[in-house]
Amino acid sequence: MIDAINLYKKFGDNQVLKGVNLTIDTGITQVIIGRSGCGKSVLLKNIIGLLKPESGQVIIDSRDVTKMTGKALSTLRMTFGMLFQGAALFDSLTVAENVGFNLIEHTDLDSQTIAKRIKEALSLVGLYNIEELMPSELSGGMRKRVGLARAIAMQPKIILYDEPTTGVDPIMADAVNELIIRLHDKLEVTSIVVTHDMVSAYKVGSRIAMLYDGKIVEEGTPDQIRNTSNPIVKQFITGAAEGPITAGESFNQSVLI
Amino acid sequence: MVFSNAFNRFITKSKSLLRYMGGVVTLFIETVFWMFMPPFRKRQILDQMYKVGVSSLPIVFLTSMFTGMVLALQSAHQMQRISAQMYIASLVALSMVRELGPVLTALVIAGRVGASITAELGTMKVTEQIDALETLATNPIKYLVVPRFLALIIMLPLLTIYADFVGMFGGYIVGVFKLHISSNMYLNMTTSPLGIKDLYTGLLKSVVFAIIISIISCYEGFRTSGGAQGVGRSTTLSVVTSFILIIAADCLFTALFYFIGQ
Repeated sequence: MIDAINLYKKFGDNQVLKGVNLTIDTGITQVIIGRSGCGKSVLLKNIIGLLKPESGQVIIDSRDVTKMTGKALSTLRMTFGMLFQGAALFDSLTVAENVGFNLIEHTDLDSQTIAKRIKEALSLVGLYNIEELMPSELSGGMRKRVGLARAIAMQPKIILYDEPTTGVDPIMADAVNELIIRLHDKLEVTSIVVTHDMVSAYKVGSRIAMLYDGKIVEEGTPDQIRNTSNPIVKQFITGAAEGPITAGESFNQSVLI
Repeated sequence: MVFSNAFNRFITKSKSLLRYMGGVVTLFIETVFWMFMPPFRKRQILDQMYKVGVSSLPIVFLTSMFTGMVLALQSAHQMQRISAQMYIASLVALSMVRELGPVLTALVIAGRVGASITAELGTMKVTEQIDALETLATNPIKYLVVPRFLALIIMLPLLTIYADFVGMFGGYIVGVFKLHISSNMYLNMTTSPLGIKDLYTGLLKSVVFAIIISIISCYEGFRTSGGAQGVGRSTTLSVVTSFILIIAADCLFTALFYFIGQ
Protein backbone atom coordinates (compact mmCIF):
# COMPACT_ATOMS: atom_id res chain seq x y z
CA MET A 1 0.00 0.00 0.00
CA ILE A 2 1.20 3.51 -0.81
CA ASP A 3 0.03 6.25 1.50
CA ALA A 4 0.65 9.94 0.84
CA ILE A 5 -0.16 11.87 4.00
CA ASN A 6 -0.55 15.64 4.11
CA LEU A 7 2.16 16.42 1.53
CA TYR A 8 3.31 20.01 1.13
CA LYS A 9 5.80 21.02 -1.52
CA LYS A 10 6.77 24.42 -2.87
CA PHE A 11 9.22 25.80 -5.43
CA GLY A 12 10.30 29.31 -4.50
CA ASP A 13 7.09 31.13 -3.64
CA ASN A 14 4.92 28.71 -5.61
CA GLN A 15 3.15 26.31 -3.23
CA VAL A 16 2.46 23.34 -5.55
CA LEU A 17 1.18 20.71 -3.12
CA LYS A 18 -1.00 22.00 -0.29
CA GLY A 19 -1.73 18.95 1.81
CA VAL A 20 -2.18 15.98 -0.53
CA ASN A 21 -3.75 12.87 1.01
CA LEU A 22 -4.01 9.76 -1.13
CA THR A 23 -4.07 6.04 -0.38
CA ILE A 24 -3.25 3.61 -3.17
CA ASP A 25 -4.01 -0.07 -2.54
CA THR A 26 -1.62 -2.76 -3.71
CA GLY A 27 -2.33 -4.17 -7.15
CA ILE A 28 -4.60 -1.42 -8.48
CA THR A 29 -4.04 1.12 -11.23
CA GLN A 30 -4.43 4.54 -9.68
CA VAL A 31 -4.85 7.38 -12.14
CA ILE A 32 -4.14 10.94 -11.02
CA ILE A 33 -5.72 13.58 -13.23
CA GLY A 34 -5.39 17.34 -13.22
CA ARG A 35 -4.48 20.31 -15.38
CA SER A 36 -0.99 20.76 -16.78
CA GLY A 37 1.29 22.27 -14.18
CA CYS A 38 -1.00 21.46 -11.23
CA GLY A 39 1.66 19.32 -9.55
CA LYS A 40 0.84 15.78 -10.71
CA SER A 41 4.44 15.04 -11.70
CA VAL A 42 5.65 16.67 -8.49
CA LEU A 43 3.42 14.29 -6.52
CA LEU A 44 4.82 11.34 -8.48
CA LYS A 45 8.40 12.46 -7.83
CA ASN A 46 7.63 12.80 -4.12
CA ILE A 47 6.36 9.23 -4.08
CA ILE A 48 9.57 7.84 -5.57
CA GLY A 49 11.74 10.15 -3.42
CA LEU A 50 13.15 12.27 -6.27
CA LEU A 51 11.77 15.31 -4.49
CA LYS A 52 11.46 15.80 -0.74
CA PRO A 53 8.32 17.49 0.58
CA GLU A 54 8.49 20.35 3.10
CA SER A 55 6.17 18.35 5.31
CA GLY A 56 4.11 15.19 5.14
CA GLN A 57 4.90 11.54 4.63
CA VAL A 58 4.89 8.93 1.88
CA ILE A 59 4.50 5.52 3.44
CA ILE A 60 5.26 2.47 1.30
CA ASP A 61 5.02 -0.90 3.05
CA SER A 62 5.08 0.89 6.43
CA ARG A 63 8.30 2.78 5.66
CA ASP A 64 8.48 6.55 5.16
CA VAL A 65 10.11 7.38 1.79
CA THR A 66 10.60 11.04 2.71
CA LYS A 67 12.98 10.05 5.52
CA MET A 68 15.00 7.60 3.42
CA THR A 69 18.46 8.39 2.06
CA GLY A 70 21.38 6.57 0.46
CA LYS A 71 21.26 2.81 0.30
CA ALA A 72 17.75 2.40 1.74
CA LEU A 73 16.36 4.70 -0.94
CA SER A 74 18.34 2.90 -3.67
CA THR A 75 17.03 -0.47 -2.49
CA LEU A 76 13.47 0.84 -2.50
CA ARG A 77 13.89 2.29 -5.99
CA MET A 78 14.86 -1.14 -7.31
CA THR A 79 11.24 -2.11 -6.66
CA PHE A 80 10.02 0.84 -8.74
CA GLY A 81 9.87 1.38 -12.47
CA MET A 82 9.21 4.82 -13.83
CA LEU A 83 8.23 5.93 -17.32
CA PHE A 84 9.08 9.59 -17.83
CA GLN A 85 7.08 12.00 -19.96
CA GLY A 86 9.77 12.26 -22.63
CA ALA A 87 10.96 8.69 -21.91
CA ALA A 88 14.30 10.11 -20.58
CA LEU A 89 16.39 7.53 -22.42
CA PHE A 90 20.14 7.98 -22.03
CA ASP A 91 21.27 9.50 -25.33
CA SER A 92 24.78 8.11 -25.16
CA LEU A 93 23.69 4.48 -24.65
CA THR A 94 22.11 2.02 -27.08
CA VAL A 95 18.57 0.73 -26.63
CA ALA A 96 19.95 -2.49 -25.09
CA GLU A 97 22.19 -0.58 -22.67
CA ASN A 98 19.24 1.61 -21.72
CA VAL A 99 16.86 -1.27 -21.10
CA GLY A 100 19.49 -3.35 -19.32
CA PHE A 101 20.90 -0.40 -17.35
CA ASN A 102 19.80 -1.67 -13.94
CA LEU A 103 20.74 -5.27 -14.74
CA ILE A 104 24.23 -4.22 -15.82
CA GLU A 105 24.74 -1.80 -12.93
CA HIS A 106 23.14 -3.60 -10.02
CA THR A 107 23.24 -7.35 -10.65
CA ASP A 108 25.95 -9.95 -11.13
CA LEU A 109 24.11 -11.62 -14.02
CA ASP A 110 26.27 -12.77 -16.95
CA SER A 111 25.99 -10.96 -20.26
CA GLN A 112 23.96 -13.75 -21.91
CA THR A 113 21.28 -13.67 -19.20
CA ILE A 114 21.20 -9.87 -19.36
CA ALA A 115 20.78 -9.98 -23.16
CA LYS A 116 17.92 -12.45 -22.71
CA ARG A 117 16.21 -10.28 -20.10
CA ILE A 118 16.58 -7.21 -22.36
CA LYS A 119 14.97 -9.13 -25.24
CA GLU A 120 12.11 -10.24 -22.95
CA ALA A 121 11.47 -6.72 -21.69
CA LEU A 122 11.48 -5.34 -25.24
CA SER A 123 9.15 -8.07 -26.50
CA LEU A 124 6.73 -7.29 -23.63
CA VAL A 125 6.35 -3.79 -25.08
CA GLY A 126 6.18 -5.15 -28.62
CA LEU A 127 9.64 -4.22 -29.87
CA TYR A 128 12.03 -6.59 -31.64
CA ASN A 129 15.58 -6.35 -33.03
CA ILE A 130 16.24 -2.74 -32.09
CA GLU A 131 18.82 -3.46 -29.38
CA GLU A 132 21.71 -1.82 -31.18
CA LEU A 133 19.88 1.38 -32.22
CA MET A 134 20.56 4.68 -30.49
CA PRO A 135 17.63 6.57 -28.87
CA SER A 136 17.96 9.36 -31.46
CA GLU A 137 17.04 6.85 -34.18
CA LEU A 138 13.66 6.01 -32.57
CA SER A 139 10.24 7.58 -33.11
CA GLY A 140 8.33 9.17 -30.19
CA GLY A 141 6.14 6.11 -29.65
CA MET A 142 9.09 3.74 -29.76
CA ARG A 143 11.01 5.87 -27.26
CA LYS A 144 8.08 5.62 -24.83
CA ARG A 145 7.99 1.86 -25.25
CA VAL A 146 11.74 1.53 -24.76
CA GLY A 147 11.38 3.72 -21.65
CA LEU A 148 8.69 1.33 -20.45
CA ALA A 149 10.89 -1.69 -21.22
CA ARG A 150 13.62 -0.10 -19.09
CA ALA A 151 11.11 0.48 -16.28
CA ILE A 152 10.00 -3.16 -16.23
CA ALA A 153 13.40 -4.82 -16.82
CA MET A 154 14.04 -5.25 -13.09
CA GLN A 155 10.55 -6.72 -12.56
CA PRO A 156 9.32 -3.91 -10.31
CA LYS A 157 6.36 -4.06 -7.92
CA ILE A 158 5.25 -0.51 -8.61
CA ILE A 159 5.25 1.25 -11.99
CA LEU A 160 4.87 5.01 -12.23
CA TYR A 161 3.77 6.55 -15.51
CA ASP A 162 4.25 10.30 -16.07
CA GLU A 163 1.91 11.39 -18.87
CA PRO A 164 2.30 8.14 -20.86
CA THR A 165 0.05 9.21 -23.76
CA THR A 166 1.30 12.79 -24.14
CA GLY A 167 3.13 13.52 -27.36
CA VAL A 168 2.06 10.41 -29.29
CA ASP A 169 -0.68 10.05 -31.89
CA PRO A 170 -4.14 8.73 -30.81
CA ILE A 171 -3.49 5.25 -32.20
CA MET A 172 -0.14 4.99 -30.42
CA ALA A 173 -1.80 6.46 -27.30
CA ASP A 174 -4.33 3.61 -27.32
CA ALA A 175 -1.52 1.10 -27.85
CA VAL A 176 0.24 2.57 -24.80
CA ASN A 177 -3.00 2.26 -22.80
CA GLU A 178 -3.33 -1.39 -23.84
CA LEU A 179 0.28 -1.90 -22.82
CA ILE A 180 -0.31 -0.41 -19.37
CA ILE A 181 -3.28 -2.76 -18.86
CA ARG A 182 -1.38 -5.78 -20.21
CA LEU A 183 1.70 -5.13 -18.06
CA HIS A 184 -0.49 -4.56 -15.02
CA ASP A 185 -2.20 -7.93 -15.49
CA LYS A 186 0.91 -9.84 -16.48
CA LEU A 187 3.38 -8.46 -13.93
CA GLU A 188 0.76 -8.02 -11.17
CA VAL A 189 2.07 -4.59 -10.25
CA THR A 190 0.64 -1.49 -8.63
CA SER A 191 0.50 1.24 -11.25
CA ILE A 192 0.24 4.98 -10.76
CA VAL A 193 -0.62 6.89 -13.91
CA VAL A 194 -0.44 10.66 -14.05
CA THR A 195 -2.34 12.06 -17.01
CA HIS A 196 -4.69 14.74 -18.28
CA ASP A 197 -5.96 12.46 -21.06
CA MET A 198 -9.45 11.37 -19.91
CA VAL A 199 -9.72 8.61 -22.53
CA SER A 200 -6.60 7.06 -21.06
CA ALA A 201 -7.75 7.68 -17.47
CA TYR A 202 -11.07 5.84 -17.98
CA LYS A 203 -9.44 3.04 -19.90
CA VAL A 204 -6.56 2.10 -17.58
CA GLY A 205 -7.72 3.28 -14.16
CA SER A 206 -9.14 1.11 -11.40
CA ARG A 207 -9.44 4.34 -9.40
CA ILE A 208 -9.12 7.98 -10.40
CA ALA A 209 -8.10 10.90 -8.19
CA MET A 210 -8.21 14.52 -9.22
CA LEU A 211 -5.51 16.96 -8.09
CA TYR A 212 -6.60 20.57 -8.05
CA ASP A 213 -5.07 23.58 -6.32
CA GLY A 214 -2.53 21.40 -4.54
CA LYS A 215 -5.06 18.99 -3.06
CA ILE A 216 -6.93 15.83 -4.03
CA VAL A 217 -10.46 17.14 -4.58
CA GLU A 218 -12.11 13.85 -5.57
CA GLU A 219 -11.22 10.17 -5.55
CA GLY A 220 -13.22 7.19 -6.74
CA THR A 221 -13.82 4.56 -9.40
CA PRO A 222 -14.01 5.69 -13.04
CA ASP A 223 -17.82 5.45 -12.85
CA GLN A 224 -17.98 7.57 -9.70
CA ILE A 225 -15.77 10.18 -11.35
CA ARG A 226 -17.87 10.12 -14.52
CA ASN A 227 -21.06 10.79 -12.50
CA THR A 228 -19.55 13.26 -10.08
CA SER A 229 -21.44 16.25 -8.77
CA ASN A 230 -18.25 18.18 -7.98
CA PRO A 231 -18.29 21.14 -10.43
CA ILE A 232 -14.47 21.29 -10.59
CA VAL A 233 -14.14 17.62 -11.57
CA LYS A 234 -17.11 17.94 -13.91
CA GLN A 235 -15.52 20.82 -15.80
CA PHE A 236 -12.21 18.96 -16.12
CA ILE A 237 -13.60 15.62 -17.34
CA THR A 238 -15.91 17.25 -19.85
CA GLY A 239 -13.17 19.62 -20.97
CA ALA A 240 -15.38 22.72 -20.71
CA ALA A 241 -13.65 26.08 -21.15
CA GLU A 242 -16.08 27.80 -18.79
CA GLY A 243 -16.42 26.72 -15.19
CA PRO A 244 -15.05 27.04 -11.66
CA ILE A 245 -11.48 26.03 -12.67
CA THR A 246 -11.16 28.78 -15.26
CA ALA A 247 -13.29 31.41 -13.48
CA GLY A 248 -10.38 33.87 -13.07
CA GLU A 249 -8.98 33.12 -16.50
CA SER A 250 -12.23 33.80 -18.40
CA PHE A 251 -12.47 37.14 -16.61
CA ASN A 252 -8.96 37.98 -17.85
CA GLN A 253 -9.90 36.94 -21.36
CA SER A 254 -12.96 39.20 -21.43
CA VAL A 255 -10.78 42.08 -20.28
CA LEU A 256 -8.35 41.36 -23.11
CA ILE A 257 -11.11 41.25 -25.70
CA MET B 1 13.47 53.81 0.91
CA VAL B 2 16.10 53.60 -1.82
CA PHE B 3 18.62 52.58 0.79
CA SER B 4 16.41 49.79 2.20
CA ASN B 5 15.72 48.49 -1.31
CA ALA B 6 19.41 48.39 -2.10
CA PHE B 7 20.07 46.71 1.23
CA ASN B 8 17.40 44.07 0.56
CA ARG B 9 18.86 43.42 -2.88
CA PHE B 10 22.30 43.11 -1.32
CA ILE B 11 20.97 40.58 1.24
CA THR B 12 19.22 38.53 -1.49
CA LYS B 13 22.32 38.51 -3.68
CA SER B 14 24.55 37.56 -0.75
CA LYS B 15 22.21 34.72 0.18
CA SER B 16 22.20 33.32 -3.35
CA LEU B 17 25.99 33.64 -3.56
CA LEU B 18 26.38 31.77 -0.28
CA ARG B 19 23.93 29.11 -1.49
CA TYR B 20 25.93 28.77 -4.73
CA MET B 21 29.22 28.41 -2.85
CA GLY B 22 27.65 25.90 -0.47
CA GLY B 23 26.35 23.88 -3.41
CA VAL B 24 29.74 23.86 -5.14
CA VAL B 25 31.61 22.83 -1.99
CA THR B 26 29.04 20.10 -1.23
CA LEU B 27 29.37 18.74 -4.77
CA PHE B 28 33.16 18.71 -4.42
CA ILE B 29 33.02 16.82 -1.10
CA GLU B 30 30.47 14.31 -2.45
CA THR B 31 32.57 13.79 -5.58
CA VAL B 32 35.69 13.02 -3.53
CA PHE B 33 33.62 10.64 -1.36
CA TRP B 34 32.14 8.77 -4.34
CA MET B 35 35.55 8.65 -6.04
CA PHE B 36 36.69 6.06 -3.51
CA MET B 37 33.50 3.98 -3.61
CA PRO B 38 33.44 0.94 -5.89
CA PRO B 39 32.59 0.13 -8.64
CA PHE B 40 35.33 2.04 -10.48
CA ARG B 41 34.15 2.81 -13.99
CA LYS B 42 37.40 2.42 -15.90
CA ARG B 43 35.81 2.53 -19.34
CA GLN B 44 33.97 5.75 -18.62
CA ILE B 45 37.04 7.37 -17.06
CA LEU B 46 39.14 6.41 -20.11
CA ASP B 47 36.42 7.74 -22.45
CA GLN B 48 36.41 11.04 -20.61
CA MET B 49 40.23 11.18 -20.54
CA TYR B 50 40.19 10.82 -24.30
CA LYS B 51 37.57 13.56 -24.68
CA VAL B 52 39.35 15.91 -22.25
CA GLY B 53 42.95 15.15 -23.15
CA VAL B 54 43.61 13.64 -26.53
CA SER B 55 40.92 15.64 -28.33
CA SER B 56 42.29 18.87 -26.86
CA LEU B 57 45.86 18.35 -28.11
CA PRO B 58 45.48 20.38 -31.34
CA ILE B 59 43.92 23.46 -29.71
CA VAL B 60 46.41 23.41 -26.81
CA PHE B 61 49.24 23.04 -29.37
CA LEU B 62 48.11 26.07 -31.34
CA THR B 63 47.49 28.38 -28.36
CA SER B 64 50.74 27.60 -26.58
CA MET B 65 52.82 27.64 -29.76
CA PHE B 66 51.57 31.11 -30.68
CA THR B 67 51.92 32.32 -27.08
CA GLY B 68 55.55 31.17 -26.98
CA MET B 69 56.26 32.91 -30.28
CA VAL B 70 54.52 36.13 -29.26
CA LEU B 71 56.35 36.19 -25.94
CA ALA B 72 59.69 35.90 -27.71
CA LEU B 73 58.80 38.53 -30.32
CA GLN B 74 57.40 41.02 -27.80
CA SER B 75 60.41 40.79 -25.52
CA ALA B 76 62.92 40.82 -28.41
CA HIS B 77 62.64 44.54 -28.97
CA GLN B 78 63.30 45.48 -25.34
CA MET B 79 66.02 42.89 -24.88
CA GLN B 80 67.83 43.92 -28.05
CA ARG B 81 68.08 47.49 -26.76
CA ILE B 82 70.11 46.29 -23.81
CA SER B 83 71.83 43.56 -25.84
CA ALA B 84 70.35 40.78 -23.76
CA GLN B 85 68.61 38.74 -26.47
CA MET B 86 69.77 35.47 -25.01
CA TYR B 87 67.58 36.08 -21.95
CA ILE B 88 64.55 35.79 -24.18
CA ALA B 89 64.88 32.01 -23.85
CA SER B 90 64.77 32.19 -20.05
CA LEU B 91 61.88 34.61 -20.12
CA VAL B 92 59.84 32.36 -22.39
CA ALA B 93 60.67 29.23 -20.37
CA LEU B 94 59.85 30.73 -16.98
CA SER B 95 56.69 32.46 -18.17
CA MET B 96 55.40 29.32 -19.83
CA VAL B 97 56.17 26.89 -17.00
CA ARG B 98 55.15 29.06 -14.09
CA GLU B 99 52.25 30.98 -15.47
CA LEU B 100 51.08 30.81 -19.05
CA GLY B 101 51.24 27.04 -19.50
CA PRO B 102 48.89 26.21 -16.60
CA VAL B 103 46.61 29.24 -16.97
CA LEU B 104 46.22 29.24 -20.76
CA THR B 105 45.64 25.49 -20.88
CA ALA B 106 43.06 25.74 -18.08
CA LEU B 107 41.23 28.57 -19.88
CA VAL B 108 41.22 26.67 -23.17
CA ILE B 109 39.95 23.51 -21.46
CA ALA B 110 37.31 25.44 -19.51
CA GLY B 111 36.03 26.80 -22.82
CA ARG B 112 36.24 23.53 -24.71
CA VAL B 113 35.59 20.80 -22.17
CA GLY B 114 33.84 22.66 -19.32
CA ALA B 115 31.26 24.07 -21.72
CA SER B 116 30.59 20.66 -23.25
CA ILE B 117 30.21 19.03 -19.81
CA THR B 118 27.67 21.67 -18.73
CA ALA B 119 25.75 21.42 -22.00
CA GLU B 120 25.65 17.61 -21.80
CA LEU B 121 24.62 17.39 -18.13
CA GLY B 122 22.25 20.35 -18.55
CA THR B 123 20.48 18.62 -21.44
CA MET B 124 20.32 15.43 -19.38
CA LYS B 125 18.78 17.45 -16.54
CA VAL B 126 16.07 19.15 -18.60
CA THR B 127 15.15 15.90 -20.38
CA GLU B 128 14.81 14.16 -16.98
CA GLN B 129 17.71 11.77 -17.67
CA ILE B 130 19.29 12.68 -14.33
CA ASP B 131 15.99 11.86 -12.57
CA ALA B 132 15.86 8.62 -14.56
CA LEU B 133 19.35 7.71 -13.30
CA GLU B 134 18.18 8.18 -9.73
CA THR B 135 15.07 6.08 -10.26
CA LEU B 136 17.41 3.38 -11.58
CA ALA B 137 19.12 3.47 -8.17
CA THR B 138 22.28 5.05 -9.61
CA ASN B 139 23.91 8.06 -7.99
CA PRO B 140 24.36 10.79 -10.64
CA ILE B 141 27.49 12.12 -8.91
CA LYS B 142 29.12 8.71 -8.96
CA TYR B 143 28.02 7.96 -12.52
CA LEU B 144 28.49 11.35 -14.18
CA VAL B 145 30.69 13.64 -12.09
CA VAL B 146 33.41 11.28 -10.82
CA PRO B 147 34.65 10.13 -14.28
CA ARG B 148 34.79 13.75 -15.53
CA PHE B 149 36.47 14.94 -12.33
CA LEU B 150 39.16 12.22 -12.49
CA ALA B 151 39.72 12.69 -16.22
CA LEU B 152 40.31 16.42 -15.75
CA ILE B 153 42.58 15.97 -12.72
CA ILE B 154 44.76 13.53 -14.65
CA MET B 155 44.69 15.15 -18.08
CA LEU B 156 44.96 18.87 -17.29
CA PRO B 157 48.45 18.58 -15.69
CA LEU B 158 49.57 16.40 -18.61
CA LEU B 159 48.22 18.93 -21.10
CA THR B 160 49.99 21.65 -19.11
CA ILE B 161 53.35 19.88 -19.46
CA TYR B 162 52.64 19.50 -23.17
CA ALA B 163 51.75 23.22 -23.42
CA ASP B 164 54.96 24.18 -21.57
CA PHE B 165 57.08 22.31 -24.11
CA VAL B 166 55.17 23.54 -27.15
CA GLY B 167 55.37 27.14 -25.87
CA MET B 168 59.10 26.87 -25.35
CA PHE B 169 59.38 25.39 -28.83
CA GLY B 170 57.48 28.40 -30.21
CA GLY B 171 59.96 30.69 -28.48
CA TYR B 172 62.83 28.58 -29.84
CA ILE B 173 61.61 29.00 -33.44
CA VAL B 174 61.49 32.80 -33.10
CA GLY B 175 64.71 32.98 -31.10
CA VAL B 176 66.79 30.79 -33.39
CA PHE B 177 65.35 31.52 -36.83
CA LYS B 178 64.32 35.14 -36.48
CA LEU B 179 66.56 36.60 -33.79
CA HIS B 180 69.53 34.40 -34.73
CA ILE B 181 70.38 33.21 -31.25
CA SER B 182 72.39 30.01 -31.57
CA SER B 183 70.44 26.84 -30.95
CA ASN B 184 72.78 25.66 -28.18
CA MET B 185 72.69 28.98 -26.42
CA TYR B 186 68.91 29.11 -26.62
CA LEU B 187 68.50 25.62 -25.14
CA ASN B 188 71.02 26.41 -22.41
CA MET B 189 69.27 29.62 -21.47
CA THR B 190 65.95 27.77 -21.48
CA THR B 191 66.97 25.01 -19.08
CA SER B 192 69.37 26.83 -16.74
CA PRO B 193 66.90 29.09 -14.89
CA LEU B 194 64.23 26.38 -14.58
CA GLY B 195 64.05 24.72 -11.18
CA ILE B 196 61.96 21.76 -10.12
CA LYS B 197 59.92 24.18 -8.00
CA ASP B 198 58.82 26.06 -11.12
CA LEU B 199 57.49 22.87 -12.62
CA TYR B 200 55.63 21.57 -9.60
CA THR B 201 54.05 24.91 -8.69
CA GLY B 202 52.74 25.06 -12.26
CA LEU B 203 51.40 21.53 -12.03
CA LEU B 204 49.87 22.13 -8.60
CA LYS B 205 48.01 25.09 -10.08
CA SER B 206 46.76 22.96 -12.95
CA VAL B 207 45.34 20.39 -10.52
CA VAL B 208 43.43 23.16 -8.73
CA PHE B 209 42.22 24.48 -12.08
CA ALA B 210 41.05 20.97 -13.02
CA ILE B 211 39.00 20.81 -9.81
CA ILE B 212 37.50 24.24 -10.55
CA ILE B 213 36.56 23.35 -14.16
CA SER B 214 35.08 19.94 -13.38
CA ILE B 215 33.07 20.94 -10.30
CA ILE B 216 31.75 24.23 -11.71
CA SER B 217 30.77 22.70 -15.05
CA CYS B 218 29.02 19.73 -13.42
CA TYR B 219 27.31 21.93 -10.82
CA GLU B 220 26.01 24.31 -13.49
CA GLY B 221 24.83 21.32 -15.52
CA PHE B 222 22.95 19.85 -12.57
CA ARG B 223 21.16 23.07 -11.69
CA THR B 224 20.01 23.73 -15.25
CA SER B 225 16.32 24.37 -15.74
CA GLY B 226 14.13 25.81 -18.46
CA GLY B 227 14.80 23.86 -21.65
CA ALA B 228 17.22 24.82 -24.41
CA GLN B 229 17.46 28.41 -23.21
CA GLY B 230 18.39 27.15 -19.75
CA VAL B 231 21.13 24.95 -21.17
CA GLY B 232 22.58 27.93 -23.04
CA ARG B 233 22.45 30.08 -19.91
CA SER B 234 24.13 27.41 -17.76
CA THR B 235 26.87 26.84 -20.32
CA THR B 236 27.71 30.54 -20.46
CA LEU B 237 27.65 30.79 -16.66
CA SER B 238 29.84 27.72 -16.34
CA VAL B 239 32.55 29.12 -18.64
CA VAL B 240 32.43 32.62 -17.15
CA THR B 241 32.55 31.35 -13.55
CA SER B 242 35.39 28.93 -14.35
CA PHE B 243 37.39 31.72 -16.06
CA ILE B 244 37.01 34.06 -13.10
CA LEU B 245 37.83 31.39 -10.54
CA ILE B 246 40.86 30.18 -12.53
CA ILE B 247 42.33 33.69 -12.74
CA ALA B 248 41.50 34.38 -9.07
CA ALA B 249 43.03 31.07 -7.94
CA ASP B 250 46.09 31.77 -10.07
CA CYS B 251 46.55 35.17 -8.44
CA LEU B 252 46.14 33.63 -4.99
CA PHE B 253 48.63 30.83 -5.67
CA THR B 254 51.20 33.10 -7.27
CA ALA B 255 51.03 35.40 -4.24
CA LEU B 256 51.26 32.41 -1.91
CA PHE B 257 54.30 30.93 -3.66
CA TYR B 258 55.90 34.35 -3.79
CA PHE B 259 55.64 34.81 -0.02
CA ILE B 260 56.63 31.21 0.73
CA GLY B 261 59.63 31.62 -1.58
CA GLN B 262 60.89 34.67 0.29
